[in-house]
Amino acid sequence: MRRVAVIGIGDTEFGELWDESFRDIGIQAGLAAVADANISADKIDALYVGNMSAGRFIDQEHIGALIADYSGLARDHIPATRVEAAGASGGLALRQGFLAVASGLHDIVAVGGAEKMMDVSDIESAMIQSSATDQEWETILGATFPALHALIARRHMHEYGTTREQLADVAVKNHKNGSLNPKAQFQREITRETVLGSPLVSSPLRVFDCAPSSDGAAAVVLCPLEEAKKYTETPVEIIGTGQASDTLSLHHRKDICTMEATKVAAKRAFDMAHLTAKDVDLAEVHDNYTISEILAIEDLGFFKKGEGGKATEGGLTALNAEISVNTSGGLKARGDPIGATGLAQAVEIVTQLRGKADKRQVKDAEVGLAHNVGGTGATVVVHLFRRV
Amino acid sequence: MATAPRFWRENPSRYNLVGFKCNSCGRTYFPPRAICPVCHRKSVGKMEEVKLKGTGKVYSVTEVQDSLDELNLMKPYLVAIVEMDEGAKITGQVIDCDACDVTIGTPVRVSLRKLSEEGPSGIIHYGYKFVPVKEKAPEAQH
Amino acid sequence: MKVGIVSYGAYVPRYRITPEEIGKVWGVDGKSMSKGLMINCKSVPSPDEDTITIAVEAARNMMKRCEANPKDIGAIYVGSESHPYAVKPSGTIVAEAIEASPHLTVADFEFACKAGTAAIQTCMGMVGSGMVKYGVAIGADTSQGAPGDALEYSASAGGAAFLIGSEKLIATLNSTYSYTTDTPDFWRREGEMYPRHGGRFTGEPAYFKHIISGAKGLMEKTRTTPKDYTYAVFHQPNGKFPTRVAKMLGFSDVQVKTGLLAPIIGNTYSGAVPLGLSAILDEAKPGDRIFAVAYGSGAGSDAFDITVTPEMESYPRHKAPTVKELNNNLKFLDYATYAKFRGKIHLGSE
Repeated sequence: MRRVAVIGIGDTEFGELWDESFRDIGIQAGLAAVADANISADKIDALYVGNMSAGRFIDQEHIGALIADYSGLARDHIPATRVEAAGASGGLALRQGFLAVASGLHDIVAVGGAEKMMDVSDIESAMIQSSATDQEWETILGATFPALHALIARRHMHEYGTTREQLADVAVKNHKNGSLNPKAQFQREITRETVLGSPLVSSPLRVFDCAPSSDGAAAVVLCPLEEAKKYTETPVEIIGTGQASDTLSLHHRKDICTMEATKVAAKRAFDMAHLTAKDVDLAEVHDNYTISEILAIEDLGFFKKGEGGKATEGGLTALNAEISVNTSGGLKARGDPIGATGLAQAVEIVTQLRGKADKRQVKDAEVGLAHNVGGTGATVVVHLFRRV
Repeated sequence: MATAPRFWRENPSRYNLVGFKCNSCGRTYFPPRAICPVCHRKSVGKMEEVKLKGTGKVYSVTEVQDSLDELNLMKPYLVAIVEMDEGAKITGQVIDCDACDVTIGTPVRVSLRKLSEEGPSGIIHYGYKFVPVKEKAPEAQH
Repeated sequence: MKVGIVSYGAYVPRYRITPEEIGKVWGVDGKSMSKGLMINCKSVPSPDEDTITIAVEAARNMMKRCEANPKDIGAIYVGSESHPYAVKPSGTIVAEAIEASPHLTVADFEFACKAGTAAIQTCMGMVGSGMVKYGVAIGADTSQGAPGDALEYSASAGGAAFLIGSEKLIATLNSTYSYTTDTPDFWRREGEMYPRHGGRFTGEPAYFKHIISGAKGLMEKTRTTPKDYTYAVFHQPNGKFPTRVAKMLGFSDVQVKTGLLAPIIGNTYSGAVPLGLSAILDEAKPGDRIFAVAYGSGAGSDAFDITVTPEMESYPRHKAPTVKELNNNLKFLDYATYAKFRGKIHLGSE
């Protein structure tokens, strides 16, 4: 397999983008990535788009064709593919793009992710998001998407003594990082009290334990590593990719306090890159709920099982601490337009590895990890990046 | 929410907790599946429909405040993963109790209740919910 | 062939509301309402309960107490005036839920508060004629009273199920007699949410005339008098009517006490006599004789002469909750929650 590099990145602001349509944001991010790669659009061989549910959010399927069309690439009849794995749609699209270049089938590949969540009501949005879980055996029985994560949190607290305050610390840290990110949806610092005093969503999780709904898009351009310097001074190599599946419903997992798919996907990526968790300087993990970040930092191997809460409380995952987790602000503060998230994670890591993260720069950042989850852990995609 | 045929198809499992047992390894699963996820092809032809007893213990529980639309009249309501006596785990609401009475380990039994309806003129969907079991004082036999 | 009850099961929701609480909202002296009706509280179904879930729970309790194979059930009849569907039977869901499907007949019954006992009579015929081995008769309701109306203080929810057969009977249904006329004392038109009633017209020419005629007709048929019976249960739209009619017929307070549930659960309509009968069967001993008369507005009465058999000694009542046990673990509601539960609050449209 050929080695693959990221030569261009682009993203929109994340938030309530009332004036922008789905195709507006998709194109914006794509054009920015192509411009950043210093490449002309007609050089792009293929397009991959990560999107969870445009069909229900905006009644639009056939997203690959839509983005190819509005980015002007349809005129050249490039192959355009939409990739879906609920919350992991973006990360999975990135993996497809990587495989296309690594296999030698394509040379220059654009990968984007976009989601337009705000055009439907809150109730509708919640239902669409819960389609990531088992409709017949979880949702219909009354389990909302947050409720399932609350069940994980409750059990984790029971088995490992993780506290309510430690969960809050995840949100506090991510908001702190978000305040340093001009593209983040929330750029305001918060305190433990903000989290603990916010309305209950599903006990023990409160509003501030949950990532927001957002509009947004992000994109990258990939090419074979050996050609990367033609396009950019600062290529970043994707040195490992790992993907894993697990049971769709939470109740069928071996242990609901562990996302096995995270462990397996991470191992596959680490094995490919010949690295271990110790080598990672920064990680963008899937914190759609505060408990999800606790599980992630344990299951990715940064901390022992059960110690995630303590580690967060002790500041070990803060900016420039033992391992910098979610310097972008994470899903919680940067925002979570579902299909875009996996790409936004890649954009943050590449920015950091290029040394361009400004106020939130991780010192001597060399290896970054992106962790993207679908549902309550039924799909996990992990990518490792290294500064060239 | 669910349409009538999609819901009706699962009635045996939703009304009567019909799951399956893999006669190759002996594990009990709910809901029914075509093959055993552990035995794979070895389980083909060895799968037996089995009705769960309907009793189990709470494995994890949460009080849902931001509810599904259909459950507006009942919020906040409890949702739990229940570990049934046979080993299978099932997600469902816990009802007829106060939140403080239910915790990890609380014994429960199944009860048929309304899950939702397709609007005031649509089909009503019935299915399983869980009720905490109180320790029964031995009754004087005549 | 002897025909009778093989098993029975009951169910009452755990929520309650008092007449005082209702009266507060409508500017009515709830306490004296309570005294006048002889109702201390009435049962309220949870938003996720309806006549079908109540019928299923009662039928499952009935099956828990006996060894009968559900596939031997040849008929299921559910009597109610609050079937969840105007068209689509409650009985088919009960049939699936107790695994009696598919080789059986099912139909839903309606006759105000005596739909459940009409179902018992039909099962007696189905079993007695040899057409079926077992028949299930259920009386269950989640009746509504219009806000502020007198009926709001009593209309409640609950039901009971009876497995009728000809072998291993815990009680024989010795005889039944019915008295039926066209008397418009209480009615509800198709599509209307709340029933209407004729006020005092529901008393003497309706309830009392039909219960007394039914009772007298049965006693004539069986050549018995009140003192031949250990227990008596009459339709109980409140606690007052059955107490008065019992006296008028010559039954004592002791005979009526056990089956008189209206004071603690209100008027469960089609569930009223079935639940009263269940409460009696919860404590009756072999040899005890039971006199039961149900009344349905419109109007008619079904009267039954029942004798408990020696089989009752070994009947495993404890395998399902008794009516007394169903009245433990209660939760009392305020009027607002009650109105929300009963769909009396106009919700915003989609």
